[in-house]
Amino acid sequence: MSADSQSARTASGDAGAEPDAAAPLLHVEGLTKHFPVTRGVLGRTVGYVRAVDGVSFDVARGETLGLVGESGSGKTTVGRSILRLIEPTAGHVTFDGVDVLDADARELRRLRRSMQIVFQDPYSSLNPRMRVIDLVGEALEVHGLARGPEIERRVGELLARVGLSPSAINRYPHEFSGGQRQRIGVARALALEPKLIVCDEPVSALDVSIQAQVVNLLKTLGRELGLSYLFIAHDLSVVRHLSHRVAVMYLGEIVELAPTERLFEAPAHPYTRALLSAIPLPDPRRERRRLVLSGDIPSPVDPPSGCRFHTRCPAVMERCKSERPPAYAPEPRHQVRCFHAEGVTGDGWYPEVEARIEARIQKNRAETPPPPRVVLDVAPGGPLRPVEQNVSIDARRAGASAPAVSRSLRKKLWYVVPLALLLAFFGARSAFRRAAAERELEALAGELTAKTKLTGSVPASIAELGWRLPPLFGNHGAVDPWGRAFRYRLLRDEKGFELSTLGPDGVVSADDSVVVRKFR
Amino acid sequence: MTSVPEEPLLRIENLSVRFRTSNGVVRAVDGAGYDVRRGETLAVVGESGCGKSVTAMAVLGLLPTPPAEVASGRIEFEGEDLLQASPARLREIRGNRISMIFQEPMTSLNPVFTVGDQIMEGLRLHRGLSREEARREASHLLELVRMPAPEQRLDEYPHQLSGGMRQRVMIAIALACRPRLLIADEPTTALDVTVQAQILELLRELQRELGMSIVLITHDLGVVAETAERVVVMYAGTVVERATALSLFDKPRHPYTAGLFLSLPSLGAESGSLRPIEGSVPDAMNLPSGCRVHPRCPFAMPVCSERDPVLTRREAAGEPPHESACFYVDQQPDADLVALTREGAPP
Repeated sequence: MSADSQSARTASGDAGAEPDAAAPLLHVEGLTKHFPVTRGVLGRTVGYVRAVDGVSFDVARGETLGLVGESGSGKTTVGRSILRLIEPTAGHVTFDGVDVLDADARELRRLRRSMQIVFQDPYSSLNPRMRVIDLVGEALEVHGLARGPEIERRVGELLARVGLSPSAINRYPHEFSGGQRQRIGVARALALEPKLIVCDEPVSALDVSIQAQVVNLLKTLGRELGLSYLFIAHDLSVVRHLSHRVAVMYLGEIVELAPTERLFEAPAHPYTRALLSAIPLPDPRRERRRLVLSGDIPSPVDPPSGCRFHTRCPAVMERCKSERPPAYAPEPRHQVRCFHAEGVTGDGWYPEVEARIEARIQKNRAETPPPPRVVLDVAPGGPLRPVEQNVSIDARRAGASAPAVSRSLRKKLWYVVPLALLLAFFGARSAFRRAAAERELEALAGELTAKTKLTGSVPASIAELGWRLPPLFGNHGAVDPWGRAFRYRLLRDEKGFELSTLGPDGVVSADDSVVVRKFR
Repeated sequence: MTSVPEEPLLRIENLSVRFRTSNGVVRAVDGAGYDVRRGETLAVVGESGCGKSVTAMAVLGLLPTPPAEVASGRIEFEGEDLLQASPARLREIRGNRISMIFQEPMTSLNPVFTVGDQIMEGLRLHRGLSREEARREASHLLELVRMPAPEQRLDEYPHQLSGGMRQRVMIAIALACRPRLLIADEPTTALDVTVQAQILELLRELQRELGMSIVLITHDLGVVAETAERVVVMYAGTVVERATALSLFDKPRHPYTAGLFLSLPSLGAESGSLRPIEGSVPDAMNLPSGCRVHPRCPFAMPVCSERDPVLTRREAAGEPPHESACFYVDQQPDADLVALTREGAPP
């Protein structure tokens, strides 16, 4: 194993101008990334998601910095911005003395040899159509570090280093379990002998027993190869196990940064305290001292003014709502963005904050007692709790009254009312027209009768009057001057009206010829 | 125990579920079983593929058959054998007396229906409420799960809610008919720790208010320690250990459970490096003979690969039942498995 690492080290060959060893390997200052929020077809920018807002930290050589936070806190964006997988909006990133954000494409390529990333999901981050030798060896080939049989030898070495059999080089990702795949991911990151590996939730998709294997592997590799890690995770116990220092992020800001022991033993920021107290510990006898935050993390599109945590903070002051706290340092290596830390040194802390947090914890405990630890083996007196007592929902229902108009209907009023008015209008109009047409037809029938008395021929009379027939189509009845009923049909097609008298059987009569009046 | 134990709410006995696939038969669950008593929280713990979810799906009759088939076993709910029940009867029980909440609240909610519609569906179906009544009840359910502005949320769609709020909606749907049993399959795995704490707290409060039993399926031993009264540990389709939470965390009587404890950073950290369980979960198509754990077990003996161990009571007289299936513990009932595993020197 160590022989492998020796050869790997010497083969790297990029021992150029060695920068100052005391300087941090990675220096990040004021890193900011705002994603535009666009709307509409034209992609108009209507706002910004402030994913990362002025984040600064250092990572020393061989150091592991843990970056924790809830989803939406911007920790992944920080990791990717450092590698420029995402272009940051503002800030400075210096890696090994080189400005990463100013680097052109060639420089960036060289930089990326020393900065690698391991992704969260070992199932989607490995191309299923590539063999292990291609997955791991691709980078060697692209960067011109090895070719042909040399690649095969190097990939074999790398696999051995991450605890896989070198004979696996010709297999495909689907032939491996989740933990083994993550080992392949690590081998791929190691291929270029990087100085820094950004681990973005590398174990959260793995089973407990496998997580521990990968965590141990990362720890061993870090020690043996002198790697620095930026370890991004939401699992605080894993972070505690691996990191030298831990940064806690909330809504795009680092709210607290401290050496691991200090952060876990004496957390200063109320958010860190809540986060730590939320970890479920595998010890049923431990007394529960939980500081449960109310509500959810606010939207980064419209972060709260002042301190971003003030909306959920148990120790909020008036000042927190308007002013943004700077980073205070109660100890040389401990930074906290909280006004309560102003002027505080060492372990001293405002008793008032302590009291307020304690009050909240006590309140939580009173509201949710721990699960009963009695054994539910009871005497044959029936069930422990009569299930029929589940009436609390009904009890609540009895006291409530229904709103006058249901809310869903009220919400729809804006289109239901105009639609109803429109329908009513058209309905009324057509009824009105119909009535007018009936009246006109009646008048027409009278006129027709009078005319027929003069001409003696029904069809001729209809022909004279036809053009004045109302827009009422179909079969109609009329009475001729001798009192005999007759029927006629009024049709309309694209050519014009067709008026014809109908025989007693309802078909167009042969003797009274069809009369057509064209209107066009 | 001298007293006669009460009749459990749910009793699963010797359940075997197989999946017939084109590549062969997968024995997803193989002779597993547990009891759930009234009003208790039972945690079912295990790694992916151990059969903990398949067992729950079998209870609800939700296994996709053809590929799945229940080869043997009995699932008794309030004295009724669910495996013999007709599909119509199962539909009546499901969502009414037994409810389930799933891991991913985004994929289990229908994105094209409002939250209110989805809660009201069960109320109208199982409890025959009118639209207006169902709506009022739905708003009370959202109030019950501590949803801010419940009346307003009824008309919102799932995408408008955060992960924690979606899980609250899922819980509201599950509670709509006030079930006797709630099966929660990894209810907090997709959530952040602070939200997880809120949801676990909610489940505990609701259990106290409604007096229901909860089967909590999880892989997180921290969650188990904080919520469960009794624990079932599963591995590769079998139950390897059953005990009260206190007894299990005090003194695990199965090497696999001990290995799980030592894989946890917060406990394992005391001894410097973590001591993970070697190897990985076996392929369900190709299970090891005898004890399923033996290829990964530091205490494995020749007999372990030849015969199946049986669940045996280990507790001292007068203590609650603690069962495990292990030949090594049969021989050394008092061995401290955690200490022995940590030292890495099995006898």
